[in-house]
Formats: sequence, structure tokens, C-alpha cells
Amino acid sequence: MAALTLKRKLAILSDAAKYDASCASSGSRRRDSMGGRGVGSTDGGMGICHAYAPDGRCISLLKILLTNFCVYDCAYCVNRVSSNTPRARFSVDEVIDLTLGFYRRNYIEGLFLSSGIVRSADYTMEEIVRVARTLREVHDFRGYIHLKVIPEASPRLVEEAGLYADRLSINIELPRDESLAALAPEKDAVGIRKAMGAVRLSEAASKEKGRKARPPTFAPAGQSTQMIVGADNAADGAILKRAEGLYGAYGLRRVYYSGFSPIPDATSRLPLRRPPLIREHRLYQADWLMRFYGFERAEIAGEDEDLDLAIDPKLSWALKNRGDFPVDVNTAERERLLRVPGLGVKAVDRILGVRRFKRLEMADIGRLSRNLGKLKPFLVAADWSPGALADRADLRAGLGARDQQQQLDLF
Amino acid sequence: MPVVRLDHETDFDGWRAAARSLRQQGVEPQHVVWTVDGATDLFSPAPPRADEGSAPSGVSEPAPPPASLSPPGEGGFRVPKPFVDLAGQVIRHRSDERFDLLYRLLWRLQETPELMHLLSDADISRAGHFARDVSRAVHKMKAFVRFRLVQDADGEAYVAWFEPAHRVTEATAPFFMKRFANMRFSILTPDVCVHWDLNTLAATPGADPADAPREDALEDYWKTYYASTFNPARLKVAVMRKEMPKRYWRNLPEAALIPDLIAQAEARTSDMVRAAPTEPSRRVVKAAVRNSRDAPWDGQAPTSLEEIAAGVDHCRRCDLWRDATRGVPGEGPRRAKLMFVGEQPGDREDLAGLPFVGPAGQVFDRALAAAGVPRAETWVTNAVKHFKHELAGKRRIHKTPNAGEVAACRWWLDAERRIVRPRVIVALGATAGLAVFGKPTPVATSRGEAFQLPDQARGVVTWHPAFLLRLPDEKARTQAYDAFVEDLKFAWRLVA
Repeated sequence: MAALTLKRKLAILSDAAKYDASCASSGSRRRDSMGGRGVGSTDGGMGICHAYAPDGRCISLLKILLTNFCVYDCAYCVNRVSSNTPRARFSVDEVIDLTLGFYRRNYIEGLFLSSGIVRSADYTMEEIVRVARTLREVHDFRGYIHLKVIPEASPRLVEEAGLYADRLSINIELPRDESLAALAPEKDAVGIRKAMGAVRLSEAASKEKGRKARPPTFAPAGQSTQMIVGADNAADGAILKRAEGLYGAYGLRRVYYSGFSPIPDATSRLPLRRPPLIREHRLYQADWLMRFYGFERAEIAGEDEDLDLAIDPKLSWALKNRGDFPVDVNTAERERLLRVPGLGVKAVDRILGVRRFKRLEMADIGRLSRNLGKLKPFLVAADWSPGALADRADLRAGLGARDQQQQLDLF
Repeated sequence: MPVVRLDHETDFDGWRAAARSLRQQGVEPQHVVWTVDGATDLFSPAPPRADEGSAPSGVSEPAPPPASLSPPGEGGFRVPKPFVDLAGQVIRHRSDERFDLLYRLLWRLQETPELMHLLSDADISRAGHFARDVSRAVHKMKAFVRFRLVQDADGEAYVAWFEPAHRVTEATAPFFMKRFANMRFSILTPDVCVHWDLNTLAATPGADPADAPREDALEDYWKTYYASTFNPARLKVAVMRKEMPKRYWRNLPEAALIPDLIAQAEARTSDMVRAAPTEPSRRVVKAAVRNSRDAPWDGQAPTSLEEIAAGVDHCRRCDLWRDATRGVPGEGPRRAKLMFVGEQPGDREDLAGLPFVGPAGQVFDRALAAAGVPRAETWVTNAVKHFKHELAGKRRIHKTPNAGEVAACRWWLDAERRIVRPRVIVALGATAGLAVFGKPTPVATSRGEAFQLPDQARGVVTWHPAFLLRLPDEKARTQAYDAFVEDLKFAWRLVA
């Protein structure tokens, strides 16, 4: 077999990595390269997207696999052992050269490194850690590093990965353990959760106060995970319940929902379909409601329920709970304003700031929020009351619920 | 009509000095014309009202006083700091109305001191939009500058040509300096150029695209990455264009690929969906057969502690496994003479995989030490091996297991009892009592006694350490703790 060029390897191993939705470079600790030997900085806040692909996804990191050889046979994965996809493997130096070369040209915020499982979990994890260690120690690289944790790897390697990485992630893969057993026979849901628990404990230990020696920083940007949506038949409510449990148990920064997307060379065990993009979008909205808007999962969707694809979950909730509306924008407490369809966290905080000084009218709200049309049936302002508008039976259609046919056209 | 001439487009100090002086003279906003010296035609057409004014054109009236004549804070009025910060942002906006708008805000601040809080005010809202435009331009500059490597007399340096949406180059330069402290670079823009030579950040006048290098060997690799990381089955062009506006594309090497990627996306996706699934290789099928043959027999009672530890992880005898991390097995020496049975693992135990390591575990350890019982010589386990809980916001709150769950999990506890064969078993709390004795065993009336168990062991029941933590009354807590320590001593004496 002829040796692959570096460019060809890059094409294969970035294609193989793209089904991981996360590309975030956010949430780490502020640092820069002043006084150091190398390059790199993180601003501690929102991260930077250096480009967007036509799939609308942010390109922030060099997201690649060390190798796409893999001994596992996960039906949903392009890299499963039984797939006939072309294989490649980077050397540690190749990954480092690409990372630093891209970084110096300001293409990326850093590296997101994952790998297929070769030889053993520990061997694979060792290689991943070696790349990160070399970047940090030899090149004094201070940019962002996200490492994938191989769940079966020994705790010592996970601990070491956390010393070099800003973020660690372990993919839960599927919303139900039964689906994982069926579609990813070599993966073990309990092992995945144990690894998440170990990361959580290491994070907690590095933040513990009152120790004599300050413990080294461990993955300051925390951990995240990804769930594939649409590869099994789990309802949205079950997906959100799993996410809710993961946030609670392991303090995850993010759960990514990745609509199962066609891959080259599919298996007969899992026929290909168009990715459920709208569904994915609604799940993210519901996730936001749980994390930032004070909603309980059970209010958004029961365990066997799916989300309404035509309208967003907050509007859907409001239409089912019309008795809670209208809300008086000049007197309602923050928690209630957050539940008004069309009002985001920022708009609510602006409203609270302004109303200490004046009674808000609709024109004021128009300057504080972009969704006046959506808000109107649910709000009372100094010069506005929705009257019968909030009770109209056709409110759902009036607020932009589109039918299924239009939804499908959005591809 | 007074015409103010500022030195340059982002002359904040000049604007500030002139605005202060005009405000003190009581010149109303609608009577001031703001212009920029030398700003002829490139970015700002001549101010529309400059010719309408009564003052002869070209005459400044009054001339803006030098900044040194009225340093900040002097001169009879103050403005809130948020206003100064906002003005510093807004002045970088390319809109011609920015000086007017800011002076109007300064004027209105005197009669409406709370103005900065009135985010719904038309002027404040407009200034807020300008500031957000500017901050977005800063963010996009951090994202979309593309350096090219050049070799000069001093070695390697990196040069970029960039066209910022607003006049943010100098404000953004420190970001690049801190990021690339050990790398010489220049960022050339039409407004101004900035240069870092490893020691100083310098600014020079605006440049021309022809001054920048035309290519870089690594760009092809970057384009390869861009094309490969794109998923054609998820076309969302509008999102891309919102986040990466077209005005930036001509300076982004990867943007040249976009039309082709979009054009081919539909066909690539259809091909994937249409292609018949392939058969897995024989090697894979063989491995699957081997795996299923070697899998442990399910349902056979465990005969070693290792089997128990492996078994509880995958136990499906009740539903508690669904929301827990793992099954938490017992811990201790194989031949322990004393066994402690708690209720169930808590949050900490669930993460760590060990019994009694959380807050209740600490109380337990303290009491054991007080009673002179070496924990390392005992077997410590729980009646139920998975953590039963409910979510309160993002916290997992303990929930007592029900009788069905306790009964299902006796499979494991009984196996532990069979293998360890302790002389004495201490049930910590009512749930453990139910598991150990097989019937409800109230703690308050049963403690301090030794009961004969069918398997030769003797059973003792006492409080669960978590119960001690929860007692609200200090005195009751001390009493219960002392009783708990007595019970531990009692059990330890039974062992001897």
C-alpha cells in the first residue's frame, strides 16, 4: 500500500471526526503566551469560531482522529471495524505540526483530538495524552485542547489527560443503555458513566479549598458528552431525561445532540435516513429551557413524548398553560418572565433593569426584544393588554407553526 | 453653528474635550456639527449639515480646547463611567452619526441622570446597537484574520490583510499580541496597520491589499480540513452566512470552496442514502460469535467477591440502574468477622464506586474510631447497590429505596453474606434492617440487642449515620451519636 500523503491523512481523519458535534473552545481559564516560549491564549469566556462550514457548524478547533482504525463495531459509526472506509493514522508529530501551523495562522483555537480504539484502550489513551503533553510541555502551547476520553482507559491516564486538556469528553452515544448494547456491542454504558464520574471527582478535587498545596488544574472547561438522536427509537422525553440525569450526576457543561446523519458505507443493521435537523434543534431549545430558564424536564416532555417540531418548546408549553398568561411585564418576577415565549434571558434582565425607573410600554419592549409579535399574546404592558388574543384557538398557527411539509423542505 | 474638527475617526480624547467644553457653554446637540480632519471621501462623506450652518464653512467655532485644559473630572459636571465606556466603543463604529449621538446622550444625562439604565430609550438603544456592532466586529476580527508566513531579514514573520467591519484594529491588536507573544506579526487594514516585533506594538497608517503576501503553503491543508469537516447531509447555509457574513469572505482562503461544497451537497447525501448497506467482513462475524460464547452465564449465583463486584454493575433486577452510574459493591477483607450494611450508595459513593465515602461515611468513620473499631477489618456494604435519587435542579437528592428494590438486591447481599461469613452483621438504619432480617425492624426499639440469624451470624441494628446528620436539634444529635458509638462497641464485643 502506497504511503498516504499528509494531506490525504488530514482529509480522512477530519472526515472521520466530523460526526462529533462539539467544536467549542469556551469556558476555560484565561491565559496567554506573554512570558512563555510558545503561542496560545484562551479568554476564559465564549470561545471563538474561526470559520463556519455550509452545514452551519462552527469551526473552532482542529477536530481530528489520531487514527480511524478501530476494533469496535458501532453500527452508527463511520469508523466501525466492519466499515470499508479508507483508513489512516497520524503520527504524534504530524498532529502537533498541523496544530501549531494552523494556530499560528489564526485558523483555529486549538485541538480536539479523538481516536479509534487500536490495540487497547490504554494504548490509545496513552497516544492521545502524548500529543497533549508534547504540545504543552515541549512547545508551551497555551491554546485550547479538548481530549476524548476512552472510557475503558485506566484512571491514571484520564487523570493525566485532565492536566493537559481544557475539556474532556466521553460520549454517552445513545439515550438508552439497551440501544447502546444493541448498536455498539463492545461499548459498555456503565463503563461510560463510571468514566464520567471519575472526571467529575477529579474536577471536584482540583477545586477543593483548604488544601495545603494547591492541586493542579484539572480540565478547567469541564466535561461534555454527545448523544446521537434518531439512531434508535427513544422519544424526545427519554432523551431529555437522560440529559437531565447526566447534568445532575456529572456536572456536565454541555450535552450535544447529534442527529444521526448518513455515513458512507452504512451497515444493514441501521438503515440511513436524512438527519433529523429540526428535531435536533428542538432538543437544544429544550435543553436550554432546563439549564437557563428554570424549566423541569417533566414540564417540557413526558418520558414517552416527543417535542412539537412545528413550534419551539417554550411556546408549546405556554399554549398548554394559557392560564399562566398574560404576564404583566411591569410587575412579574424574573422566573415568570423567563417563561414568556419570545423573551430570552438577556431581554428579561434588561426589562428588570429598566422597570426600576419607568413603566414599560410596548415600544420599550420592542427595543429590548426582537420578538414583539410572538410576545404580544402573552404580555401585559402599560399600554397593552392582549385581551382575547391569548385565548384564540388559532394562536398556534398564528405564531408561525409550520406544517410538516415545509419542515422537510429545510434540508 | 459650531463645527468641531476631530483629529481622526476614532479621536476619543478630542471628542471628549470638545463635548465637555460645548456642554459647559450650553451648546445644544442640534446646533453642533462634528467632522473629522482629513476624512475626505474614503469612509465618511462630508457631514450633511456642515453647509447648512450659519457659521462660515471651514471656521471652527469654538475651536475644541486642548484636552489638557480640562482634564477629566474637572469643570463642574460628571458622567457615569458606563457612559464613558459606551462612548469609547461607539466611537469605533463606522456610522457618521456616532459623534452626534454621543453628544446628545451626554446632554441628556444632565437632565436624566438614570439615562444609562433606560435601555429601552431610543438613543440608548441605538448606542447599544452601535456598541454591539463594534464588539461583534472585534470578535469577528479575532476569528477571521488569516496570517501568511513570510521570510524577511530577521527570519519568520506572519502578515495578514484584513478589512474590519468597524474601526477596531487598534483595539483588537493587544489580543493578537498576547496570543502570539513569541511570533512577529503585522495586521494590515485599510484604516491602520499594527505590528508586533516581540517587544512593542506599533501602529502605522492604513495599507493596500497589495502590501500583503499572496499565499501560504499551509492554506491548502486548511482548505482540505474545511472541506472534510463539512457534513453535506446537514446543509444550513443561512446559519453559516449569519455567523460568517459574506463581507469577510474575500479574505478567507476557505471561503472559495463554499459554492462547490453547497452545489455538491445534495448529490453526495442522496448517494449515501441510496447506496446499499455493505456486508460486514467474516472476521467481524466470527468475533461476534466468539464474544457471545464467552459471555458469563446470567443468573447464576456469584461465588466470589470479584463476581459480585462485576455483577452489580450490570444488574437489572430492579430499575435503579437506569439513573445511577454503577453498582457499588461492598468493600473489605474476604474473611471479615464484622459486616456493616448501610442503606444505599449516595452521590459521592455513586461517583467513586466505594461505600461510605461521602458525608455520612465521614460520620461513620469518626464513630468507628471513637468505638475503637478498625474499619479496614470489617466488610462495609449496602442493602441496595445502586444510588436511588431524584433531581432537584442540578443536584441529585437521595430517595429511600422501596421494599421491592430491597428484596431484589438481597440477591447480592445474601451472596456477600455467604462468601464473607461474618460473625456479626450490623444493620445501619431501617432499610438495612429490612434487608438483613427480612422483615421490618424498627431501630429505636430493637437496638442494643443481638438477634440470631439463620446463617449462624448474629444481627444488630442501629441508626444510619445519615440519620445523625439530619437531626435538627443539637442535643438530640449528640445523644444519638453517643448511642451509635455504644452500638458499634457492642457489636465489636460480640465479634470477639
